[in-house]
Amino acid sequence: MRIVLAPLAVTGAAVLGLLAGVGRATLFALSVLSHLLRPPFYLREFASALMTIGYFSLPVVGLTALFTGGALALQIYAGGARFNAEAVVPSIVAIGMVRELGPVLGGLMVAARVASSIAAELGTMKVTEQIDALVTLSTHPLKYLAVPRVLAATLAVPVLVGVGDAIGIFGGYLVGTTRLGFDAATYLRNTVDFLEFWDIGSGLVKGAVFGFIVALMGAWFGMNSARGAQGVGAATKAAVVTASVLILAANYVLTELFFSA
Amino acid sequence: MIALDDVCKAFGANRVLCGVTLSVGRGESLVVIGGSGSGKSVLLKCILGLVPPDSGRIALDGQDVTRLPRDPFLARFGMLFQGGALFDSLRVWENVAFRLLRGPGRRPRAEARAAAIAKLARVGLGAATADLYPAELSGGMQKRVGLARAIAADPEVIFFDEPTTGLDPIMAGVINALIREIVVEMGATAITITHDMASVRAIADRVAMLHDGVIRWQGPVAGMDAASDPFLQQFIHGRAEGPIAALR
Ligand SMILES: Nc1ncnc2c1ncn2[C@@H]1O[C@H](COP(=O)(O)OP(=O)(O)O)[C@@H](O)[C@H]1O
Ligand SMILES: [Mg+2]
Repeated sequence: MRIVLAPLAVTGAAVLGLLAGVGRATLFALSVLSHLLRPPFYLREFASALMTIGYFSLPVVGLTALFTGGALALQIYAGGARFNAEAVVPSIVAIGMVRELGPVLGGLMVAARVASSIAAELGTMKVTEQIDALVTLSTHPLKYLAVPRVLAATLAVPVLVGVGDAIGIFGGYLVGTTRLGFDAATYLRNTVDFLEFWDIGSGLVKGAVFGFIVALMGAWFGMNSARGAQGVGAATKAAVVTASVLILAANYVLTELFFSA
Repeated sequence: MIALDDVCKAFGANRVLCGVTLSVGRGESLVVIGGSGSGKSVLLKCILGLVPPDSGRIALDGQDVTRLPRDPFLARFGMLFQGGALFDSLRVWENVAFRLLRGPGRRPRAEARAAAIAKLARVGLGAATADLYPAELSGGMQKRVGLARAIAADPEVIFFDEPTTGLDPIMAGVINALIREIVVEMGATAITITHDMASVRAIADRVAMLHDGVIRWQGPVAGMDAASDPFLQQFIHGRAEGPIAALR
């Protein structure tokens, strides 16, 4: 009997632990949201988060978009050639970029870059008692550390996605005009003519949601880091993995919401 | 002023505090001694509410601390953390002036900076350190910055967690004298944790020894040497043999 029950008990405990964690993380998210609009506001921390999360992520997001746009053009050309539809390359590259690949790949790159750094920074603050020190100095750690970062990421990632969209389309254009024999003017006209406002807008909304997820996961795992260097390492890994999976899941849900008939 | 009554705290199976009863009067300097890992830091964190006790009562001026509004409560305290706990993204003076730059009693930056530099001078650090980052300082300097931050807003109650650990003997002497001075001059109430018997004699009005989760001995510093408690005597004299096991 014991042999049968023991694995069940272990599984049950693990599931309960996971559910409790999800519950606490959800409360944390709600708490962050409720603090967004209540003073005090830490403008200095917000501005510096905006720089590190937004501005310094531009190169990595830009390069990702550039290569993705280029590869997309090659693929769609090859696929389109099977039914003599090579002409769709510019519009499909644009739609694929702004609706899907721009936000998703941008979000994942930001998760790698930002969720990790937030988790490692806040985790180190936790294990070196800096978070306790904040409390003794009458400063709410969630408000001082998490809120500015979450707000900055939610506002900055859509901008990054927008820039990434443009660079990705440019990557497709470069490949299209140099390697696939498209006329520059035709390529641009096809890109613009078939792109609708909501194609771009939906991608930007996705970007905002992904930014929120990334900073929230970084802050959550960092502030709950276990003790020691190992604790910080584990927190960082968990933040990146969870943020990435949540981004992909949220992407599906949002796409279903926005575009399913 | 602060009274702990039967306070218990365990981390999982690790029972750290099991019934601590202790009090400190206004303007008194209490020193808590005890082996590493005996729960001295946890004791201070329980009083501040950083670690919630499992049971027992902690009162400040007769009022249960869990019932007091948090912000005004914390504003009465200053704490020097064992590892310094300086914010490494902020400059030294911004660390010291942290409380002065935020919250209800907030002051203009220039004024806060001047106040921070004055506190740094009190702990023996020149104005040149004000613009450095904590990572650029030695361990002993970090400790002193932490001390300056703890006293920056002239709190009523100050906790010093191992203020002289890692300092050279001269600097340790300076810090001991400074703590004594703060208690006498500012009329602050202080709880200091230390292993350093020289500090105990320099700082304490009263001494309490924490061992095995309870206050093993307490009394005025003058009565410490004459006390017969074998645990206390072993600790004071740093003997390897005695009732306190060296293997912990
Ligand atoms: N946040 C925590 N989680 C788990 N265990 C802890 C925590 N803080 C302290 N402890 C444990 O409590 C015991 C006492 O720690 P501490 O109060 O730091 O000792 P010290 O008397 O040296 O200051 C140690 O065994 C430590 O491992
Ligand atoms: Mg300690």
